[in-house]
Amino acid sequence: MPTSIELTPEIMREIIMDHYSSPRHKSNPDQEGYQSTHSSSVNCIDDIDVFLKINANGVVEDARWNGVACAISTASSDILCDLLIGKTKAEAENVIAQYEHMIHEEEYDASVLDEALAFMNTSKQAARIHCATIGWDAAEKILEGENDGK
Amino acid sequence: MFDPNSFRKDFPMLRSGKMMQGKPLVWLDNASTTFKPDSVVAAITRYYTSETSNSHRGDYDLCYDMDMEVLNARKAVADFIGAETKEIVFTSGTTGSINLLAYGYGAKYLKKGDEILITEAEHASNVLPWYRVEEMTGCKVNFIPLTKEGRLTAENLEKAITPNTKLVCVAHVTNVLGFIAPIKELARIAHKHGALICVDGAQSVPHLKTDVKNLDVDFLSFSGHKLCGPTGIGVLYGKYSLLSAMDPFMTGGGMNAKFDMCGDASYLEPPARFEAGTQHLAGIIGLHAAIDYLNYVGIDNISAYEEELKKYAVEKLAATGAVTIYNATSEAGIVAFNVNGVFAQDAATYLNSQGIACRSGQHCAKILTDFLGTVATVRASFYFYTTKEEIDRLVEAVAKCKGEYLNAYFN
Repeated sequence: MPTSIELTPEIMREIIMDHYSSPRHKSNPDQEGYQSTHSSSVNCIDDIDVFLKINANGVVEDARWNGVACAISTASSDILCDLLIGKTKAEAENVIAQYEHMIHEEEYDASVLDEALAFMNTSKQAARIHCATIGWDAAEKILEGENDGK
Repeated sequence: MFDPNSFRKDFPMLRSGKMMQGKPLVWLDNASTTFKPDSVVAAITRYYTSETSNSHRGDYDLCYDMDMEVLNARKAVADFIGAETKEIVFTSGTTGSINLLAYGYGAKYLKKGDEILITEAEHASNVLPWYRVEEMTGCKVNFIPLTKEGRLTAENLEKAITPNTKLVCVAHVTNVLGFIAPIKELARIAHKHGALICVDGAQSVPHLKTDVKNLDVDFLSFSGHKLCGPTGIGVLYGKYSLLSAMDPFMTGGGMNAKFDMCGDASYLEPPARFEAGTQHLAGIIGLHAAIDYLNYVGIDNISAYEEELKKYAVEKLAATGAVTIYNATSEAGIVAFNVNGVFAQDAATYLNSQGIACRSGQHCAKILTDFLGTVATVRASFYFYTTKEEIDRLVEAVAKCKGEYLNAYFN
């Protein structure tokens, strides 16, 4: 695996529990300038909004999310925010694309995914793949120009 | 002594050693759907392999035989719920039945100023069709308050009902909490105030002796697949005078007496009026077989055994100290719970990893704040083929859930 540390199941579990029990980016924006999209599913309970603040240079200045979410969707959305902050739109799109490849068991570039690698085994619980991608899908839509304007 | 194992051998899904996530399957999602015994599968197969024909107006034996099959099925359903044969309308399921009722009766007769009473514990299929009637007619959908426990009582209906109330639409057994509503009392109150009572029997008819004449309900809806029958077939019972006053929801072949090209048409009498197009004939035959099977098991045996299972499950789950149970006092074989400290969906995923099929669900805002104090619960629901050993498997998994639930993604 092309990462500096060996990702054991124990470490992956710790990463997920850490972001689930104390998410860093779970809040609504407290200022103007965010674009948002909503993401939910008829197949599960998760129902969230993702907020991105993209500045004039096309750099993601801040990323947040909020809503009702299970452990997997909470941790994956929170890690997504960690990964997107400071990235250009093109870099952000690439991170999301590589993550999608990983979730769907295709070839992917692990070097850009950092803690998001904790979700590499999500496909073991097929019914929960959506939970691991709900925030990522929402962020992708914002990068493609969608905005609910919440 | 009721022995579920004497019936499990009749069910391919139960005797075949079916595995889920590498573990023997424990099916605790019977409120969602139920498994089918050999006799039901055989009846469906018989239709497709040796009795295929359409019904209605056949000039040949196969078609005549099919008409008789449909009639016999209608009679079996009628006997099962204490109705007359002509009061049984075949539909696609409970949702189809309630929509037929909403469009065929509600949209025709209700008007601005009228009121439909429902409760906050209803399934979406007993809420949204009435919202459509509200949109179409300008009538109002209002809610009968439930007790703190989540129960619908006669007192609360008596308090909520007004001279404007035209329909009282409630579940006999609620799908999340499993309380049995006092339908006979509710019907009496509704009728006293000039309203009709429409009962959602999706969670009651499969589990509980239902006699529409004794209960004096005006309409009753239920599904085949929740009582060991096929999917895509259900029933609307209606008092014949009321069915006769209803408009068809769908028009087409099989329901018209005659029509001409000037736009004049007259419709057949119920139940045919409501069965436009070729019916789900394999489903009707399968439903008949399912009802025969339930009669063989004995509906009163089913109720008594499920009550025993419910008590057993509540006691064992509570003893783990790991759960919050939201409906310990309800009668039906449904337990709504959460594993403390674990989001419902994560708990259900962990149960899946242990081979146990339970459903996590979110409940409408009002119910969760008033009664449950949570956004979601896990629901385990039983049927007569559920064993105490299966409940033990659930209890064992629940006890380990908090410490292990993320393992579902790694092991």
